[in-house]
Amino acid sequence: MITPVWQLPDALWVALGLTLQLAAVSTVILMAIALPLGWWLATTRHRAALLLEILMSLPLVLPPTVIGFYLLTLLSPQHALGQWWQQLFGQTLPFSFAGLVIGSCVYSLPFALQPVMAAFRMLRPEIAQAAYSLGMTRRQAFLHVLLPLSKAGVYSGAILAFAHTIGEFGVVLMLGGGIPGVTRVASIALYDEAQKLNYPDAHGFALLLLALSFVLLCVTTALQKRQERWRQLGHFSLR
Amino acid sequence: MTLFPRFFQRVNAGLLICLLLCAGQVQATPVLQVAAAADLAQCIDELNAGFSAAHGDAVVTSSIGSSGNFYAQITNGAPFDVFLSADLAYPVALARAGHADLSSLITYAHGQLVLWTADATLDPSIGFKLFEDVRVKRIALANPDLAPYGRAARDALRHAGVWEGILPRLVFGDNVAQTGQFIATGNAQVGLVSAAHFKPGTVRPGRSWPVPQSWYPLIEQGAIVTATGRANPLARQYVAFLRSDAGRTILRRYGFVLPELPR
Repeated sequence: MITPVWQLPDALWVALGLTLQLAAVSTVILMAIALPLGWWLATTRHRAALLLEILMSLPLVLPPTVIGFYLLTLLSPQHALGQWWQQLFGQTLPFSFAGLVIGSCVYSLPFALQPVMAAFRMLRPEIAQAAYSLGMTRRQAFLHVLLPLSKAGVYSGAILAFAHTIGEFGVVLMLGGGIPGVTRVASIALYDEAQKLNYPDAHGFALLLLALSFVLLCVTTALQKRQERWRQLGHFSLR
Repeated sequence: MTLFPRFFQRVNAGLLICLLLCAGQVQATPVLQVAAAADLAQCIDELNAGFSAAHGDAVVTSSIGSSGNFYAQITNGAPFDVFLSADLAYPVALARAGHADLSSLITYAHGQLVLWTADATLDPSIGFKLFEDVRVKRIALANPDLAPYGRAARDALRHAGVWEGILPRLVFGDNVAQTGQFIATGNAQVGLVSAAHFKPGTVRPGRSWPVPQSWYPLIEQGAIVTATGRANPLARQYVAFLRSDAGRTILRRYGFVLPELPR
């Protein structure tokens, strides 16, 4: 038995809405980090860059529970960071939406950063040089020439970060506390329904999440194909 | 453009296969597999060691989780021989569905609910009045829909008439052990957990207060031999061990109240 998507209980829709909200907020923050950081890592020759790149890729291989455990202990009022936050906002970070945003940003950072960085790396250095020699400042060149040329990479970074945050489970399980409407995200809600043996709702909801993820990946892949085609057509080749 | 080309190029297929083979070699065949409710997280190792010593060094492996989760897993063919639940409903339901042997069902312990805080400046001996303290911003329970201790906690809070008032401050652990972790890390200032959450003889932070038994239904914890375990003679012996003097001594030391033994 599968509950049809339109008959799923409100609690599950609340969980899905919360998940999309979390993914949206995290994606905005992540792109604000990934664009400057990705550009710096793609262009710099600084020694620390490689180490930084490795550190930024760590969440790819780290078990999410490692991230969850560190955040749970570091953000707790027993540590300076958590204490400072509590004094500022009168609330602890774990079990709050803000806490989940921090967790998601750590967890999805490589998914935002890697495509952006790869797109920047594929830019020919002549393009930037041409822009500079035509009198553009570095900032102008980045905003008006280099960023538009990398937009497919930027889009796929954003979509991947968004999609990956939807798939977040281990971090939220350790950090969330399952509060409906605040930290009970879609993956946790599905886990709870399955544990309650409420399989009809679990099936319906799982199918909905499957479809959503599929659509997101279709968009990412289409964007990547488009960028490849541009490259092959040589639209922006200087030769 | 693939997503992370450099990562995948470096994965050497041969190396991966070697690793998988090695992993297969290392894992010995366990003689008895026990699924233990989360409130046994602290004492299960000692129970296993005690059983092992009394039964020719039998190899016992155990998994810790919420009773509800184990119920679902065993229903779907998880290879556990013995299921130690935190209530009676799950093992009985398993037996009804043919996934466990009803004749092997015993009540091995009665769970005790305690109000615990890891904050030394909070005094839990005033009971649920502690929730009126402004420093108590989060109150942790196990999920009442899944965990027997969560259900007992909700009943006790409703009995005391404070449930509605503290709802906005509640956070839910997946099981009673995770609830304890929320409290131990100070992220929830207080919470309701099992008395057996504390290893005897270890220094634990803060203090606890036993919730009066009359405020919540008895947490009768049932042990049962699963359909898988029926073929394993150790499974019945393990359940019997929980009723032996050695087994009961361990359970009592961890804070369980023990049921009368039938004559």
